[in-house]
Amino acid sequence: MADIEIERVRKDFGAVRALDEITLHVADGEFVALLGPSGCGKTTLLRIIAGLESQSGGRIVIGGRDLSDVPTRNRRLAMVFQNYAVFPHMSVYENIAFGLRMQGADAARVEQRVKRAAGLLHIEMLLDRYPAKLSGGQRQRVAVARALAVEPPVLLMDEPLSNLDALLRLEMRADLKAILQEAGTTTIYVTHDQTEAMGLADRIAVMHGGRIVQFDAPMAVYSQPESTFVGGFVGSPPMNFIKVEVTGGAAKLGALSLPAPVASGRLLAGIRAEDFALVEREKGLPFNVLVVEPLGSHALMTGRVADQVIRVVAPPDTAHAAGTEIGLAPVLQRIVWMDAESGQALGRSS
Amino acid sequence: MTGPRRTLYGAGILAICAWVLVPIYFIALGAFGGRGGAFAWPKTGLPTHLSLSAMQRFLEIDGVWSAALNSVIAAGLCMLLSIALGAPAGYALARFSFRGANLYRLMILMTRAFPLAILALPLTVSFIRIGLYDTPYGVALIHTALALPFAALITSSLFVGIPRELEEAAWIFGCTRWQAFRKIVLPLALPGIAATAIFAFVISWNEVFAASILTVRERTLTAYLLKILAESPLHYRFAGGLLLIVPSVIFIFAVRKYLFAMWGIANR
Repeated sequence: MADIEIERVRKDFGAVRALDEITLHVADGEFVALLGPSGCGKTTLLRIIAGLESQSGGRIVIGGRDLSDVPTRNRRLAMVFQNYAVFPHMSVYENIAFGLRMQGADAARVEQRVKRAAGLLHIEMLLDRYPAKLSGGQRQRVAVARALAVEPPVLLMDEPLSNLDALLRLEMRADLKAILQEAGTTTIYVTHDQTEAMGLADRIAVMHGGRIVQFDAPMAVYSQPESTFVGGFVGSPPMNFIKVEVTGGAAKLGALSLPAPVASGRLLAGIRAEDFALVEREKGLPFNVLVVEPLGSHALMTGRVADQVIRVVAPPDTAHAAGTEIGLAPVLQRIVWMDAESGQALGRSS
Repeated sequence: MTGPRRTLYGAGILAICAWVLVPIYFIALGAFGGRGGAFAWPKTGLPTHLSLSAMQRFLEIDGVWSAALNSVIAAGLCMLLSIALGAPAGYALARFSFRGANLYRLMILMTRAFPLAILALPLTVSFIRIGLYDTPYGVALIHTALALPFAALITSSLFVGIPRELEEAAWIFGCTRWQAFRKIVLPLALPGIAATAIFAFVISWNEVFAASILTVRERTLTAYLLKILAESPLHYRFAGGLLLIVPSVIFIFAVRKYLFAMWGIANR
């Protein structure tokens, strides 16, 4: 068990700055997701923690040990790769035993740990097989079992589920969460899939352009994004940002007048699609319905507010059809006010 | 596959096989057909009056066996050196990005464009000075120079085909760079490396020009045969030719699976 301290880690690829002074503290036993679009530096950061890439500046400290100049093999980590990286010339058993054998564990201990790891991942019956005979999902399980067999203080995962099909991903996600909760391993999990990050992580570090733009619990990241980027990237559908003009401390949204955190100026009202009540046209913000998508658990309406397209979640049995105009009443305390220029949150209107 | 395409496909295969097999067949016919078979005209193409006598007489010629031994020494050394020097170069080309990697790759190929005939005289002089002249070791060195470009480029593509993540995973789980290479990369590359080695062996076995120039008494089989067969009757020449072809064909046949795998054709 170990905590991870990442201090002012910087990475330059030639003139390009891939990571800009990243500082992150992961507590012992915590599951942290690094979430961001491709090219945001999340995989680079993970590879620097693993020692597969060297940082241009800064320190990595795990469990009080400064690893900045320690080669990968001595960092005592485990990692699960995006393409699994299961050794094709070894049986599943030998794959899972690989790390233990490298540590010089005796046969009895290898056997016991391999059996345990295989049991956790439900692959006991595959131990004699070779990876070529396994499906993608099974290979994924072997890769995770191989990582868990060494009982690492820190587990790194690089988009481990992105090569699985949707159904398998859902199943594996739930399994992973249960297994890692039981093992109590400090985990850093890289993903571009916000559902995965939300579902698995204790805290999410949202990355953008080589920086961590927000580091918080999943629900906080979801409902209190610190910038329009986070609000737009986390959550499906993305957060709506409605342009409003504030005069005399009140923001005017159609027929509504809401208290705003500034006296005057232009703001963005960040409102999640589900944070609207549907009201009569005259009593709310006029919303011109363009498309209604019935999605089973709810209906997703896309429409116009003034000149902006926004999305609204409605009950599944909603009667409003495309072409009608209705009124929206946002839940006041859930609005996130953002500066229209910088896109940064101003604080909550409550 | 539809009818006409199938026919065309079959005809193509037949033509390619004939391209290789018909000459070999006629050489074999000359070798085993005796004096009459070699000179008979028009050729019937059928094996008549077969005898082993030409082959037998040929194998009794003075020096054939020692020349064959020289060939094996030269080809064996060439094989070892090509892999020992070529595989690390291939690994470096596959795994590290360094300034001038593409130029280096091109230069490796360009060495093959340099005509051996121009090199021959200065090489002979230096070999006499060093004491390598007229030894299979000197021949092995030249043959290594010929086989090395192939060895480096083929092994490079082999190593490219082994995902980098496999090595990285090995490092993560406690391997040094060398351990990761030995435990993960080498076993996966071994069939291809073996095929490359055989390839180097065959290049050396078949090479005649450098071998003829750099040796006088300690000739390799090809160089020796070139000398003595020029003065022998036709059916002996066929016997010698067949004897040279057969080992190469057997080698290639033995490693065909790896060659196919190497060139990206599924082996079944």
